[in-house]
Amino acid sequence: MLAYSLENFLLVSGVLFCLGIFTVLTRRNTVAIIMGIELILNAAGLNFVAFSRFVQTQNHISGHVFTLFIIVISAAEIVIALAIVLSLYSTKKTIHVEDFDELKW
Amino acid sequence: MKNFAFNVFVIITLIPSFWVALSSNIVHAAFSLFFTFFGVAGLYVLLGADFLGVLQVLVYISGILVLIIFGVMMTQRAQMEHISTRLPGRFAGAVLSVLVFGGFMVAVYKTAWPKLTELPEPVPTTSEIGNLLLGKYLIPFEVASVLLLAVLVGAALIVRQSVRKE
Amino acid sequence: MDPTTFKDYLFLIPLLPFAGAAINGILGRRLGLRAVHLIALGSVLGSFVLSVAGFLALVSIKSPEARRVVSVLYQWILIAGQTGSFHINVAFLLDPLSSVMCLVVTGVGFFIHVYSVGYMHGDPGRARYFAYLNLFTFSMLVLVLADNLLLMFVGWEGVGLCSYLLIGFWFSELDNARAGMKAFIANRVGDFGFFVGLMLLFWTLYVSSGQAVGSLSYGELKGAAPLLLDAEPILGLSVPTIICLALFMGATGKSAQIPLYVWLPDAMAGPTPVSALIHAATMVTAGVFMIVRLNFLYLLSPVALSVVATVGALTALYAASIAITQNDIKKVLAYSTISQLGYMFLGVGVSAFAAGIFHLVTHAFFKALLFLGAGSLIHAAHTNDIRKMGGLRAHMPATFFTFMVAFLAIAGIPPFAGFFSKDEILFSTFNAHLAAPGLGKLLWLVGLMGAGLTAFYMTRLVIVTFFGEFRGGESAEEKLHESPRTMTGPLVILAVLSAVGGFIGLPAVTHLPNLIGGFLEPVVALKGGAASHGSHSAALELGLMAVSVAAAAAGIYLGWYLYHKRPELPGALRERFKNLHAVVYNKYYVDEAYDRLFVRPVIAISRGTGRFDLGVIDWVVNALARATERISAGIGWEDLKVVDGLVNAIADAVKYWGYHTRRLTTGKVNHYLYSVVLGLFVLYLLVLIT
Repeated sequence: MLAYSLENFLLVSGVLFCLGIFTVLTRRNTVAIIMGIELILNAAGLNFVAFSRFVQTQNHISGHVFTLFIIVISAAEIVIALAIVLSLYSTKKTIHVEDFDELKW
Repeated sequence: MKNFAFNVFVIITLIPSFWVALSSNIVHAAFSLFFTFFGVAGLYVLLGADFLGVLQVLVYISGILVLIIFGVMMTQRAQMEHISTRLPGRFAGAVLSVLVFGGFMVAVYKTAWPKLTELPEPVPTTSEIGNLLLGKYLIPFEVASVLLLAVLVGAALIVRQSVRKE
Repeated sequence: MDPTTFKDYLFLIPLLPFAGAAINGILGRRLGLRAVHLIALGSVLGSFVLSVAGFLALVSIKSPEARRVVSVLYQWILIAGQTGSFHINVAFLLDPLSSVMCLVVTGVGFFIHVYSVGYMHGDPGRARYFAYLNLFTFSMLVLVLADNLLLMFVGWEGVGLCSYLLIGFWFSELDNARAGMKAFIANRVGDFGFFVGLMLLFWTLYVSSGQAVGSLSYGELKGAAPLLLDAEPILGLSVPTIICLALFMGATGKSAQIPLYVWLPDAMAGPTPVSALIHAATMVTAGVFMIVRLNFLYLLSPVALSVVATVGALTALYAASIAITQNDIKKVLAYSTISQLGYMFLGVGVSAFAAGIFHLVTHAFFKALLFLGAGSLIHAAHTNDIRKMGGLRAHMPATFFTFMVAFLAIAGIPPFAGFFSKDEILFSTFNAHLAAPGLGKLLWLVGLMGAGLTAFYMTRLVIVTFFGEFRGGESAEEKLHESPRTMTGPLVILAVLSAVGGFIGLPAVTHLPNLIGGFLEPVVALKGGAASHGSHSAALELGLMAVSVAAAAAGIYLGWYLYHKRPELPGALRERFKNLHAVVYNKYYVDEAYDRLFVRPVIAISRGTGRFDLGVIDWVVNALARATERISAGIGWEDLKVVDGLVNAIADAVKYWGYHTRRLTTGKVNHYLYSVVLGLFVLYLLVLIT
């Protein structure tokens, strides 16, 4: 059993973050990579809220605002990322990352 | 009670997220993401962030997740083959992830956080956030709105070009 | 309407014309003609109805002292200090003075809008015209309704702009554009004075006293004005005198008084309804309104008041003398306007503020009527030159009768409107106590002569245009016609107002209430003027009245004798006094003098500085350029050999290494992801170690 404390929240968000990294690194499917990125962003948001709850701050609500911006940005990111993926899919008929090898030189 | 709820939400968050990372079926991964997002929403509420909890459900689950599932369906339609969605070199990825995790934990436990001695009662945050957004954080707020506009235009442009090419 | 309810609608009075201007200005070309007319006329009619409602609301307040409605729209300027704050609001004030002005502006303005529909028939720029006209109404209403000096200045500048736009309305003719610029520049000179006065007032009251607390609203200024008397005199003149004179300089520009009157005759280049509305009835009276509005300030300085009265009286006589010789019907009326404005300034200069406003109102009626009548004549005869008119009485009966009413009103024949107001001004002048003893009597004499001349030149105008034979040629005679209903309708209404308008300000000797004087009393804090009527004998008042009527009658008789009975006499007189006539006919050569004194020296100075710029400064710049060129040539050689060699060596080295290391970029997205996470981890380690 985990206690309701700052360290445990950070632990959870750390696990979430590293699972996200693992997903990003090892997945072949581009959409799955985007899922990993979502995990990472969620972990970051959780961290902000946890800090604003447990740590002495000027304004206990600032962390919430940052998380709000993270949510906004992740929404923007997902739209663009999916648009790119769909666009790539329609031109190259594949969404496997190892097939995208033109980003060089 | 608090601890119990915390544990429940941690389980709801973490176990599906392992599934997201490890499952070979992309559709399963997408659906387990649902539970992860929901668990994080619960953790937000536990932390006294009622507004963010609701926002998490609204934006992530009903917006982003739907988009992801949509994307999965759009791209899987042509080839329903069940080949592995994993890359070679999983081991290196695992090692790197664990290293990053270890680094985190060192940082978490070694730092002396200036913690509050007594946790305040959670209060409703919505009006406060509204004040901050239109006060102290007005410029980031406006920049975010411009960003969203740019994203709208950009997404339309990207997809439109590829459609035209066809 | 209930005054407190009306407060919420006050802002609509100026806003309606503004909305009309915006719609017509932006969409006018797309809208149909009917829509343009409907919007322009409707918005002004709307503000007129609201002005009437405001007037009734004010009257419904029993105590005259409480008759003020202030509506604050928003805070415009705020300067927070330690002891308090200085703030200026965008606020509108409806009190008896602004109410009367509103009624005049929107009422006369509406009739002129109606008239314009007929007058501008067929002009391609009608939408633009009505947009300008509405914009003018808006600016004038802001000027009139403003609750503080700065907002008034906004309206003050706004009417100047609209005047410029409308004078140059037919801008494709160079002369019209020039006239517009002349008006604008003359106004700018005056506005400079106005602004200096405003700033000096602000400085002495709020800055030099060390406490920037308060605002420029009239109410607070009135309370703070006596403090000005304590201020250190500048160059031997007391501070209130300087402020008042500077503000009066603005008034001379806007209201066409000596020495800045020169623009008004040229302003007749604009369409005739514009001349009627802006250059006769409303805008040019802004100066008079301003002085009445700031009467508490002017009462602090007898010197300034005497200057105002003297300038007014001199302008009245001087402009009247020029009007006698002019042949352009609109020019005659323009000089007549300048002269009548002189009377208004004479009135306010002798502290008879209510009389000044009274004359302003009656003048707005009869002068608008005269201009509109002149427009009707021009519309029919297609010329401005009265020598080419004549005998129009038979062809245009409606125009003739209304013109005659205006003629009797301006000449000062009882019981027409002009008689009462002009007489009250002259009476107050006779009894005034000014800075120099006996000055009042002298100014009265000047004013009386002006009144005689007024009657004379108006008689000349009427006889030459309406009587005798038509002199414009037969082809033009066949085309003579009465103007359309939209033009004669306003003429008739204004004629009625010119005939009976005087009864709102009956003289004290009749023992009937002086309505306008009583209504304005809470604003103008009477000292002298109408209130002192009681202290003088009725015999004196009746006597002076008789004298001024006699002067008017003499003027009319002389005009009738010279131009109707013995029409050959004026030519003979002109021959006899050739030099004098030339001087007066050419407006005393004032335009030429200004040209020599101000315009040409400025041009000469600019030419000189231009030559200096070309000859000296350009030479220095060119020399520097040549020297730089030499030095660069030397450096260039060294650059090629030494620096380029070094640069090329570095580039070659980079190229070599780049060729071998580029294998690292595989182009695969997942490889890049690995390096991102690896970089993150390394960064992490660095932070942990340090």
